[in-house]
Amino acid sequence: MSRRDRSVTSPPWPVAVPAGLALLFLGLPILALVARAPWDRMWSVLTSETSLQALRLSLETASAATVIAFLVGVPMAWVLARADFPGRRLARALVTVPLVLPPVVGGIALLLAFGRRGLVGQYLDSCCGITLPFTTPGVVVAEAFVAMPFLVITVEGALRSLDTKLEDAAATLGATRLAVLRRVTLPMILPSLAAGAVLTFARALGEFGATITFAGNLPGVTQTLPLAVYVGLEGDPSEAVALSLVLLAVSVIVLVALRDRWLRTGAAA
Amino acid sequence: MRRHRSALVALAALALAACSATSTSTVASSTAPSGSDSAAGSITVFAASSLKEAFTQIALDYEATHPGAQVTISFGASSVLATQITQQAPADVFASASQKTMDTVIAAGDATGDHVFAVNTMEVATPPDPTTPVTSLADLAKPGVKVVVCQKDVPCGSAAERLFAQDHLTVTPVSQEVDVKAVLSKVVLGEADAGIVYATDVLAAGPTVVGVPIPADQNVTTTYPIAAINGSANAATAQAFVAYVLSPAGQKVLTAAGFTSP
Repeated sequence: MSRRDRSVTSPPWPVAVPAGLALLFLGLPILALVARAPWDRMWSVLTSETSLQALRLSLETASAATVIAFLVGVPMAWVLARADFPGRRLARALVTVPLVLPPVVGGIALLLAFGRRGLVGQYLDSCCGITLPFTTPGVVVAEAFVAMPFLVITVEGALRSLDTKLEDAAATLGATRLAVLRRVTLPMILPSLAAGAVLTFARALGEFGATITFAGNLPGVTQTLPLAVYVGLEGDPSEAVALSLVLLAVSVIVLVALRDRWLRTGAAA
Repeated sequence: MRRHRSALVALAALALAACSATSTSTVASSTAPSGSDSAAGSITVFAASSLKEAFTQIALDYEATHPGAQVTISFGASSVLATQITQQAPADVFASASQKTMDTVIAAGDATGDHVFAVNTMEVATPPDPTTPVTSLADLAKPGVKVVVCQKDVPCGSAAERLFAQDHLTVTPVSQEVDVKAVLSKVVLGEADAGIVYATDVLAAGPTVVGVPIPADQNVTTTYPIAAINGSANAATAQAFVAYVLSPAGQKVLTAAGFTSP
């Protein structure tokens, strides 16, 4: 499992030029966002009640969505990678649909399933008085729906590429299946679990389409940061740019911090 | 089966709503090229979401009466369209749902004079459900009633705010949607008990919603201004289209869609 040494060379120009273009293409909009930010009123925009509410709500809902995705997504990944049952390919396709589905369509699908008149939602409403649209739990549901596939795919990939010899050895030595899972399998895929969780959190944090369609938009209840940015565009565009920077900063912090802590040690392990 | 069909209708309505958010519909009747000095060139009209049905028809009528003309319409929230125009989006005509957004376009030097071409009133849209808790405007203030409005920065949202303030109603909406079609779709699906929309939206939605009219003395109105955009490549066509909207033929279509003439 050691990392292969790669020799560092300067790339030939047919590679370097398009690669440079790609870097510019991806980097320029981010630079523009930073350059055009209303730095002089940044503090007042960021400490406004709308911003703080949206930031807190975003962090809370994205965390909750990640936890939910983890609790059911990791077992799902194990089943897809290891279990053999009829309809497994169909299950795998279903799990990955939200990855390619436009989020707005996901939001409509969620409404038709869990809305007040939805397939399941009407019973939730009549039996227990639970309605998800226009509530904070509704935001979590929308984010989990869109983000969970990232976790499932990442973990499933790791499980598939795992050398099963160690698991077999542990089983031969008398470990129960659960013990093998807990003491051998999970520790070995720890880096992928972390990477999947980070991806899921980042995707949930940026979720817009499914959230606004399924949960609506109300400051303090369902207005997450991306919604505040979009709504801000209609009223005060410079405020929207300032809020975008917050989203950018949070995303970068999450990726950098967790990469250093988990992914690198993971890659070296 | 019944439920199945109503779900399909709701889906179709949603699809329409989704289209209206940012769609660009081209209504081409002829491909004959024409000079930029005639009323039969190609123009792009930026129009408020609430004009979707009326302007789609007006564009067809205009093309039918001006052979060779081609009118492409981009529908969206007036404020978004205004931002796009001031950022030099290729619009030839701007039809807005509020004077405020038209004024920002004029202030930016992108249009010179505007004409009010239609007036809209507000209406309460409710789901077609006999058990609905909303049968009058006052019901919106009842606790537990789920009311959806447009967010305050778009014209239908500021109109809802004015309406509640004028009638001294304390309404706590469950959601502030990004445009009027999004409000309507929440009502069509039965997620909301009521939505504040334009009277024209209730008419266009047909049997998928039930309108609760607001008495004229309690209602608020919004005016719709239209202007040709400066620097249009087909200025003559743009001016002719504006004139057509203001003409009896254009006004007739608008009245049929539920607008009142200014």
